[in-house]
Amino acid sequence: MVTVPSRLDSTPPASGPAPARRPTVVEGVPPSVPAPAAGQPLVEIEHLDFFYGASQALREITLGIERQKVTAFIGPSGCGKSTLLRCLNRMNDLIEGTRIVRGSIRIHGVDINQPDVDVIELRKRVGMVFQKSNPFPKSIHENITYGLRLQGIRDKAKLDEIVERSLRGAALWDEVKDRLGESAMGLSGGQQQRLCIARAIAVEPEIILMDEPCSALDPVATAKVEELIQDLRSRFTIVIVTHNMQQAARCSDRTAFFYLGKLIEYADTRDIFTNPANPQTEAYVSGRFG
Amino acid sequence: MNPPDHPFSPRPDGARRLESAVFWIFRAAAYLILACGAAVFLDIVVKGSATVFQSKAPFVNTAFLTQAPESLYVFEWEGQPRRMGDREFRAFKEATPAAANVKAESYVYSSGGIFPCIAGTVLLVVGSMTIALFLGVCAAIYLNEYARDGRFIRFVRLAILNLAGVPSIVFGLFGFGMFVIFFGWNVSLLAGWFTLAFMVLPVVITASEEALKAVPIGFRAGSLALGATKWQTIWRNVLPYALPGILTSSILGIARVAGETAPIMFTAAYVVRDKLPWEVERAVDFLFQGVMALPYHIYVVSSKIPQNEFTERVQYGTAFVFLVIVALIAASSILLRNRLRTRYKW
Repeated sequence: MVTVPSRLDSTPPASGPAPARRPTVVEGVPPSVPAPAAGQPLVEIEHLDFFYGASQALREITLGIERQKVTAFIGPSGCGKSTLLRCLNRMNDLIEGTRIVRGSIRIHGVDINQPDVDVIELRKRVGMVFQKSNPFPKSIHENITYGLRLQGIRDKAKLDEIVERSLRGAALWDEVKDRLGESAMGLSGGQQQRLCIARAIAVEPEIILMDEPCSALDPVATAKVEELIQDLRSRFTIVIVTHNMQQAARCSDRTAFFYLGKLIEYADTRDIFTNPANPQTEAYVSGRFG
Repeated sequence: MNPPDHPFSPRPDGARRLESAVFWIFRAAAYLILACGAAVFLDIVVKGSATVFQSKAPFVNTAFLTQAPESLYVFEWEGQPRRMGDREFRAFKEATPAAANVKAESYVYSSGGIFPCIAGTVLLVVGSMTIALFLGVCAAIYLNEYARDGRFIRFVRLAILNLAGVPSIVFGLFGFGMFVIFFGWNVSLLAGWFTLAFMVLPVVITASEEALKAVPIGFRAGSLALGATKWQTIWRNVLPYALPGILTSSILGIARVAGETAPIMFTAAYVVRDKLPWEVERAVDFLFQGVMALPYHIYVVSSKIPQNEFTERVQYGTAFVFLVIVALIAASSILLRNRLRTRYKW
């Protein structure tokens, strides 16, 4: 099996400027992914047709996701936005009968559905936060270190350091620092979701996919997660699926509106909400349907 | 009876009579089961404790628990009725030459203890459950985590279901044909282990699969999304949580494995054996020796030897010890399960 890093590590064939360092440098973990040519989106989705068995969920999706921006996918239920999100780290592989019939998804210029792409490496770089918070029934500490231990990191001091940094990064440290050894199942719903975000950022992915991360949270917890997304945008590329249009308006830079498996409009968030080009988009964001 | 004087006073009719009749049928059924269970259990405990316990310190009949079965000799000596076990009787005859030709009635297996049977049963249970759990959990993981539904998987499930319906004597014959004769293992621990393991496999597989299914899919997705392989996910984030459920199945399995007589009577059990299982010359002989076992011993002392007033002692004593040992093994796995349960709660 060919692992991806060798390919992801290299700058794309298009001759770009010298690789720039990522803004956040983890102590001891050199940034292994250089930035490719300026202006080229980090994720390029082209003419994507996606099927669940015989039913087509995505039609002709073409979309570029820019680095260190928050991109929101909005649209009514069943419009394909979660499906598209799950294509980005190939979580759809877990569902029987799913297939990409046409088109491609490229990250760093590499088509992630090629047979020589190691899905494990892909998922290390494209982290995910789920709709239903899913802390593991282990201690808070073990939850954060789960992904690191998978990578063979055993050094306790280093693990502790990453635990603290990740929890601080997820604005959870002050709430849980005295009970890291306790079960994560004892946290409140909002804390659990932030723990899942901390767990995702602990492995230092480039892209974080969030699948309706606040749909099960109360308004206060939602506000905290949204605040967190604002903090994270400087370090990560974030793609968020949301039902909540206000949420998209509040915390995203770019918004893509999907309807019936098609991308209807993709533009700066401000434009989508104040000056949509498409009448369907306008109808949706103004609350007339969906 | 006074006529109803308010709108909600009871009015006997068919539905209400049926209601109380049905209720009493259910209640009687429950009580009958309780009574049967209590009768069997109390009978064994009361009659068995006469053998296992004694009035003098240490209050437990250690000879019964630590010695091998012996013949009992009953004879008259110097006008006194005497009872002696085989070894004691021979020592007595050597010590007193005049007694060399004393007329004694012998009752087989009625003296001594049942230690070799206890050892054999524990060995059979531990070995076969190890095999059954290993094979069963592996198969359950394959079926639940790796295999994709298809004709082959349906066929495997059908096979498991059929295996569960096979009578234990058929497993015994299978083990005899397969392990004892075809593999040439003879009557041995190893043959007994595998025969018993195959007998409980369906239970273990089915229960393990249920336990795996009960682990929320989100734990798997969360782990995979962090870059875990499928096996890492199963090993670190599914199996630990499924273990309590798997152990529950093994508790049921232990009771069956320990209790079944038919599968071991052709494959592993000896009526009597002088040596204890660990008294072997080479380590490999350990696997290829037959053992005595509690259920088979009960069978032998209850139906294969002449019945008399001395056999009852052994029968009930063995049954009582047997119950206690099964309870102990089951209790230890329940304890282990409960500890795991509190550790991984979701």
